[in-house]
Amino acid sequence: MPDLLIELFSEEIPARMQVKAADDLKRLVTDGLVEAGLTYASAGAFSTPRRLCLTVEGLLAASPATREERKGPRTDAPEKALEGFLRSTGLTKDQLEARDDKKGQVWFAVIAREGRPAAEIVAEVLDATIRNFPWPKSMRWGSGALRWVRPLHRILCILSDEAGAEVVPLEIDGIAAGDKTEGHRFMAAKPFSVTSFEDYSAKLKRAHVMLDASERADAIWSDATNQAFAQGLEVVEDRGLLAEVAGLVEWPVVLMGDIDETFLELPPEVLKTSMKEHQKFFSVKKPKTGRIEKFVTVANVETPDNGATILAGNQKVLFARLSDAKFFWENDLRVAKGGMQPWLDALENVTFHAKLGSQGERVQRIAALARELAPVVGADPDLAEQAARVGKADLSSEMVYEFPELQGLMGRYYSEAAGLPTEVAAACEEHYSPLGPSDDVPTAPVSVAVALADKIDTLTGFWAIDEKPTGSKDPYALRRAALGVIRLVLDNKLRVNLLEAFDHHGMASVMLKMAGAIEDIPDDASKALDVDLLAFFHDRLKVFLRDKGVRHDVIDACIAMPCNDDLTLLVKRAEALQEVLQTEDGENLIQGFKRANNILSQAEEADGVSYELDPNPKFAENDAERALFSALDDAAGAISPAIEAEDFAAAMAAMAKLRGPIDAFFEETKVNSDNDIIRRNRMCLLHKIRVICGGVADLTKLEG
Amino acid sequence: MHPEKRSAPVDPYGGLAYGGREPTNGVRDMADTPDTPRSFQEIILRLQNYWAAQGCAVMQPYDMEVGAGTFHPATTLRSLGPNAWAAAYVQPSRRPTDGRYGENPNRLQHYYQYQVLIKPSPPDLQELYLGSLRAIGIDFSHHDIRFVEDDWESPTLGAWGLGWEVWCDGMEVSQFTYFQQVGGHDCKPISGELTYGLERLAMYILGVDHVMDMPFNDPQAPIALSYGDVFRQTEQEYSRWNFDIADTDSLLQHFKDAEAECARILEAPYEDPKTGKRIVMVHPAYDQAIKASHLFNLLDARGVISVTERQAYIGRVRALTKACADAFVQSEAGGWTPDAA
Repeated sequence: MPDLLIELFSEEIPARMQVKAADDLKRLVTDGLVEAGLTYASAGAFSTPRRLCLTVEGLLAASPATREERKGPRTDAPEKALEGFLRSTGLTKDQLEARDDKKGQVWFAVIAREGRPAAEIVAEVLDATIRNFPWPKSMRWGSGALRWVRPLHRILCILSDEAGAEVVPLEIDGIAAGDKTEGHRFMAAKPFSVTSFEDYSAKLKRAHVMLDASERADAIWSDATNQAFAQGLEVVEDRGLLAEVAGLVEWPVVLMGDIDETFLELPPEVLKTSMKEHQKFFSVKKPKTGRIEKFVTVANVETPDNGATILAGNQKVLFARLSDAKFFWENDLRVAKGGMQPWLDALENVTFHAKLGSQGERVQRIAALARELAPVVGADPDLAEQAARVGKADLSSEMVYEFPELQGLMGRYYSEAAGLPTEVAAACEEHYSPLGPSDDVPTAPVSVAVALADKIDTLTGFWAIDEKPTGSKDPYALRRAALGVIRLVLDNKLRVNLLEAFDHHGMASVMLKMAGAIEDIPDDASKALDVDLLAFFHDRLKVFLRDKGVRHDVIDACIAMPCNDDLTLLVKRAEALQEVLQTEDGENLIQGFKRANNILSQAEEADGVSYELDPNPKFAENDAERALFSALDDAAGAISPAIEAEDFAAAMAAMAKLRGPIDAFFEETKVNSDNDIIRRNRMCLLHKIRVICGGVADLTKLEG
Repeated sequence: MHPEKRSAPVDPYGGLAYGGREPTNGVRDMADTPDTPRSFQEIILRLQNYWAAQGCAVMQPYDMEVGAGTFHPATTLRSLGPNAWAAAYVQPSRRPTDGRYGENPNRLQHYYQYQVLIKPSPPDLQELYLGSLRAIGIDFSHHDIRFVEDDWESPTLGAWGLGWEVWCDGMEVSQFTYFQQVGGHDCKPISGELTYGLERLAMYILGVDHVMDMPFNDPQAPIALSYGDVFRQTEQEYSRWNFDIADTDSLLQHFKDAEAECARILEAPYEDPKTGKRIVMVHPAYDQAIKASHLFNLLDARGVISVTERQAYIGRVRALTKACADAFVQSEAGGWTPDAA
């Protein structure tokens, strides 16, 4: 069984694309081989900045021969039918066999396919793979028509077994496959031949190429941490950066360098971001203080001076970069200490969205809403408003212009420098949170107020201009904003009436603007948008709670209840319902309830009346019925105050107690009595069940 | 000093003039090797000689204000159409918003780019490029050269390409781009474009921290001039003019005039009634596009263009360059032939 080795050698492949490209190469080639009948034992793919490599072991030497018989039309069928059959089988009439069948003589086609040698199949599959490779972005070069991520220079493609290695004959756009590759661009550039994967990887290593990206990443990380440890320091972990850097070198050489004293007073995040974004350096910190004092860079070459020249160059570049950062920082601090007014003014000229006005206008809206929400979240209204007013100021700062990812954080630093209250400074940073599902939710009341106001403003605004998410498209991250509100509310157990917040808020003014300053917004139009937005929240809430194991029908049963814009109340109710459903009483009660409800609904429909009168116990005919009367009275007596007190567990428990009486009632009693008065009374009794149980949740929404 | 280091004047870069250069008085930095250039202009001369030796037509700067070497018609227009092309040149470039009155160590409103364009891109373009770095004294046994993904896009030229920024010891020293589209036209064949930021590259090679301190000519010359001697005053003058003095009303008018003239030139029929010849006036029209682009940059520096307007202005310049590209492919240099017509 031969082994297959493929290497596609090109100019430098962007680091971010390498790993997926190696996976794609493996998938496309092995899928193609299997489809052509060539099975294999195992396969592995690798990438470096200049090569994609695939090794397939234990490949069949040839695809197996196949024989297929197909039954065609009767021999006396019209000519047309025969023609079609010949076309579909690719045979001629004299190659068909006439055989006897139940219905007479029928044409049979015997299609025998011979096995094909592996080389032939590999050549076809690789050709198709290269021509249709799913690069995120590809290009042409020179006068050729082939597309690849960057110019493709060599194709190494060999099949090897005990007898030796053979090049698979293949040529694409003038590049003929061979058995040659080359090593490191600067340390071992001469081409060499290889005979197998083992030979290839061993020779590459001698030619200063580490083939496996994870091996390179491991080497970088262990060398970096060792060098830092030797000086009592620690490398700041950054997996994304590690993967990227491993994709920029074939032969990693880790170098640790100093950061000039004058920059050590910059905020650590600024140092880290500047070094990472511009230079792809790791930060090295002192474990005790967290202060970043050195950097680690990864070179691609070993030098006689052990990297001294390279490190000096990198240090020089870093000096220039950090000089810029320091310049921004100092300029910004000057503005911050002066009260940030120029930044606030600048926000007036920055468009947030063409239809939603400037950032400045948005800040006004957020400030008003944050003030409104402050009492609900337990924040000081003045502080909440102040935090909202300065919360976006740093967007005008030079540092955030240079490093947008530092927004919020710089706001915190600058607010502190401006001498603003701690809560305000914290809110500048925290009001963007939570950003992702794993991001922490702010708990400080002022931060929470601004975070809610910010997100609700975004949502109501985009709802008003009808820019809602559709399918996979959510360009303004509105789903994330809604989930953010949900988590802020639930984690902090806030009692916010979202409809009020929507309504109070900018929606009306936004619509006014859009409609060209009409005097009044149609009330129902505004309401319809609010309701639609609340439904969007409910959808997000279902997704959120489903991940926490709450059944979607349970949530639906609770959404159908009043005050459903109070998410904390809604979830409390849902949790209680979910819990009671897990008890035997609870589960059976639902069955009993549904039976009662169904009988009643049918009767209501058939009779064309509703049975809303209070049932009279004096018409009860048996003990079970009498018992149900008193059980319902007990339940009603317990449930109402429990609901009033939002003690849903108690309400559900009281409701669950009805299980026995309801079951017994149905067992003993025929609801559709021949006696009209008794029947009507029983219908009213069922109605009472519906009302009492329905006060807890809309049980009709439950499934099963 | 190490005389033995200079005893073998090996010159792998085409017998260039500097091969025979000897220090005049022996006062040289110990770290220097004979191969290290000593001035800004020597780096430029070596690049000129290197690319001349590789067969490029060494052209002169375009005689108009441009934002980058790419605007030179030898790049923008010549990257279009089927005809082969190879050119190298220095291009003075202006970015009014980058003016810092000559005080910032790295930022200038007027600076030099070195530009190479070869069509079709040769298969060994990376090697040729690395040869140019060697020619200006970068020794690969001691330096770390990297090709880091950087896709290039010029909204005003309606152009994009794929390539890298080239790093030397962590510093970006060049842009390396395979043009895919220019002026809205797919490039066929593909041009390879190299752009060197000359000041930054030279500062690194010469070990200078502030651009104004960089030796412009040989520091041993009888009249040694620094970059500051040549450009400090002009940086101050233009910074002041760009930011505060330039008359925005007339700049706006010039922009409109250039835009109108460009369109008017291109509207003229290709047949010249006077000579009876087919003359597509691409370059005069393209000059107007270049003008409009620079005027836009000046207006931007004066801070009179709002964020929303910016996009509109860029779109207007793009419309001009696109119209010029359309006309260029109708000209002989752009591949038009009487037979094809």
